[in-house]
Amino acid sequence: MKLPSNYNPADILLAGFSWLSGLLVLLCFGYLFADIFSNGYAHLDWQFITTAPENAGRDGGIAPMIISTTILLFFALLFSLPIGIFSAIYLAEYTSYEHRFARLLRYALNTLAAVPSIVMGMFGFAFFVIILQIGFSLLAGALTLAIMILPLLIRNIEDSLRNIPHTYRLNAAALGLSQVRTIFQILLPMAKHGIAMAVVLSVGRAMAETAALLFTAGYVMRMPDSLMDSGRSLSVHIFDLSMNVPGGEKAAYATTIVLLFSILIINAATVLLSNQITRRSPM
Amino acid sequence: MPPRCIDNLFLRFIQLVSLVSIVSLLFIIFFLVKESYLIVQEKPILTVFTDPAWHPLDGQFLLLPMMVGSLLIMLGAMLIALPIGLLTAILCRYYAPRWFATIIQRLMEVFAGIPAVVYGFWGVMVIVPAIAAWQAPGTSLLAGILVLTFIVTPGVTIISYHNLSQVNQTLLHSAIALGLSRYNIIRHIIFPEVKHGLITATTLQSGRAIGETLAVLMVCGNVVQLPGSVFEPIRTLTSNIALEMAYAMDTHRSALFLSGLLLLLIVLVLAFIAESMQKPKAESQ
Amino acid sequence: MKTQWRLFFIALLLVGIGIGMGVAACSNPSNENHQTLSADTSNALAGKLIITGSSTIAPVTTELARLFESRFPATKIDVQTGGSSRGISDVRRSIADIGMVSRKLKNSEQEFQGHLFATDGISIIVHQSKSIENITTQQVRDIFQGKIRHWQQLTGDASPLTVIHKAEGRSTLEVFLNYFALKNPQIKADIIIGDNEQAIKLVANNPNAIAYVSIGAAEYAIMQGSTIKLLTLNGIVASTDNLLHERFPLRRELNFISRNDNNPLKKAFLDFTTSIDAQPIIKEFGFAPTLH
Repeated sequence: MKLPSNYNPADILLAGFSWLSGLLVLLCFGYLFADIFSNGYAHLDWQFITTAPENAGRDGGIAPMIISTTILLFFALLFSLPIGIFSAIYLAEYTSYEHRFARLLRYALNTLAAVPSIVMGMFGFAFFVIILQIGFSLLAGALTLAIMILPLLIRNIEDSLRNIPHTYRLNAAALGLSQVRTIFQILLPMAKHGIAMAVVLSVGRAMAETAALLFTAGYVMRMPDSLMDSGRSLSVHIFDLSMNVPGGEKAAYATTIVLLFSILIINAATVLLSNQITRRSPM
Repeated sequence: MPPRCIDNLFLRFIQLVSLVSIVSLLFIIFFLVKESYLIVQEKPILTVFTDPAWHPLDGQFLLLPMMVGSLLIMLGAMLIALPIGLLTAILCRYYAPRWFATIIQRLMEVFAGIPAVVYGFWGVMVIVPAIAAWQAPGTSLLAGILVLTFIVTPGVTIISYHNLSQVNQTLLHSAIALGLSRYNIIRHIIFPEVKHGLITATTLQSGRAIGETLAVLMVCGNVVQLPGSVFEPIRTLTSNIALEMAYAMDTHRSALFLSGLLLLLIVLVLAFIAESMQKPKAESQ
Repeated sequence: MKTQWRLFFIALLLVGIGIGMGVAACSNPSNENHQTLSADTSNALAGKLIITGSSTIAPVTTELARLFESRFPATKIDVQTGGSSRGISDVRRSIADIGMVSRKLKNSEQEFQGHLFATDGISIIVHQSKSIENITTQQVRDIFQGKIRHWQQLTGDASPLTVIHKAEGRSTLEVFLNYFALKNPQIKADIIIGDNEQAIKLVANNPNAIAYVSIGAAEYAIMQGSTIKLLTLNGIVASTDNLLHERFPLRRELNFISRNDNNPLKKAFLDFTTSIDAQPIIKEFGFAPTLH
């Protein structure tokens, strides 16, 4: 939305600083992007995306990692999105800020957001892999990821719900709608952009995760046959190529480019999906 | 079933679902306590403040400098990333042309998903030499803060931007009709509206910052010491775990888990402070 | 639309519950097929092995496993990483069949059968631009104890030294300290790191740094155009070749460890890693293979 332009000092200062930081961000991240691209594009071709790795990843492609990452991401969201939405509804619609349980929940979420990924990995290993006996598997990895992205999902969806003006709830109540119907038919469709944003952030966090997956989903480069198979994610592959495989650097950069573009595609799909719901919704 | 009954049932259901996060955290804390029990059993917990140094193989377990390191690096990164992220979001929302805003938005979304190791190597190859040319050895608190800023800025920008775009349109229209200046609208109308979202962005990204491991490990130098300046190397609690876990056995391993537990305690305290700062605002809500 | 939303959520919920149950159902069979061998294998090898441990060894093991799997198509070798201590604790808890340990076995670890399959050399590296080719034991001792703080005393350059050291517990550190008769608290370092790659990158980007890394990794980095060089130690060239013939003194063991039992698949794989066929792969990663 365009605001009216005025030319008092405070205005000019704010505009100036905004442009300054915007350009700084564009410059820094643009440079980073160009750097990754220039280092990796020579290694990148169709074969790279469609074949299995050879020589510990220095040659060949990354097809199994793409599949593993997709499975991990899909199931992580499948587990955590319903939990995230319901918890957010509870926080935003049923509790005030002072509510004791809500405050406890918020502490828990803020703390959960700060659990170092390596600790999360060792916890996932001890709990999912050993105690629940799932074994090193995509499932164990997805469950660990699901816990990691819960705070992002819940806190952001909660905020979107809280941003909806109170009048909508009053009107719905006046029309005799039950609370459940109000939530599902009015509030959630209105918060869908917030949900989409929460998903976008979670996808980012999950795609970037390395240490937590090293101990749960594992390191196996084979194409996974099932959810119970161990599989290597793109991020773990990038990590291993750049830290432990001598001469793996080019392939690591190429893999990073693939990761970048898959995030772009997933995010575009998420936004599109949320717009789709907009068009059909009664609001 | 009468609607009231469904309403009640639904409430019980989502209460139950909400427990998942709390139970997960409790499990994680329990796990950390269990794993660090060995060291706590052998030495009083206060040794992490009083031991002369961190030489776990020689029975010295000083963790204090790393706690300070973790805090400093998080504070530094958030102090830079927060204004930059917020201002960028304001720019994209109210000043910049559409295409510019879209580029920044996509860029931020993509960079929210880059593995830390990529940032780490980039820091080693670009940021560390730049600082080293100025003040040796380059791997330092400052390098850590800068790399961490790169990691948290996308998240801060995305959440800020989203909150700005959710500001009540009628409110804005009335403000414009009143002839308020752009600065005043942003400062006095929009800012109070988005404050809550900003606090969320800050707490979540602070968590990410203090929990970040690999990128920090690569650029901070990891010498266990209280830094005298931003150019001196530091070690964080997370780097400590990642650096030494690979070969750690017995009490050493246990001490590393204690690092993780201490980190969570620090965050818990910070979260408490953040919550109590939020409180006055809650009255008006 | 209203009903669609509701249906969507109900569907989501059902899927979630379904998967939850699936997990419970799946967890048992998966537990069974893990590390049991089919009983009717008299000649052909079949079954699954889980190998965990050192991140230094994991990439080469993955390649060895791939070749092994292609020879015996009924086998599955899953390689996991996460550090030597994980390899030991996983084998101890029977989560893994084989552990990868990139150091000598300790006295407290005699319960395991060690299988030394390769050695890794450790060399001192500096930036290419430095006019120094050889370093002596005494110089290294002085540099890492902070007695030499300046390149002046080594090459005549007017710049301070940046000493790069490894984190406590790392096996390259132990080998280094042992050889140079130093204790870790004596060391005065400017930078402490974990993995070889990190040291190589730091030295390549800092002309004043000095570090010690795995020879194989350094040779590879130089081949890729990295601006580092290996110093000779007391006149002995740090090369994989010298390592192979046991002429280079600074080296660490790369071991597979396992429990003492009769698992034919495990035995076959371990034998394979020290066979003539495994040698080119091990050399490819910059390690010196051992022959049994």
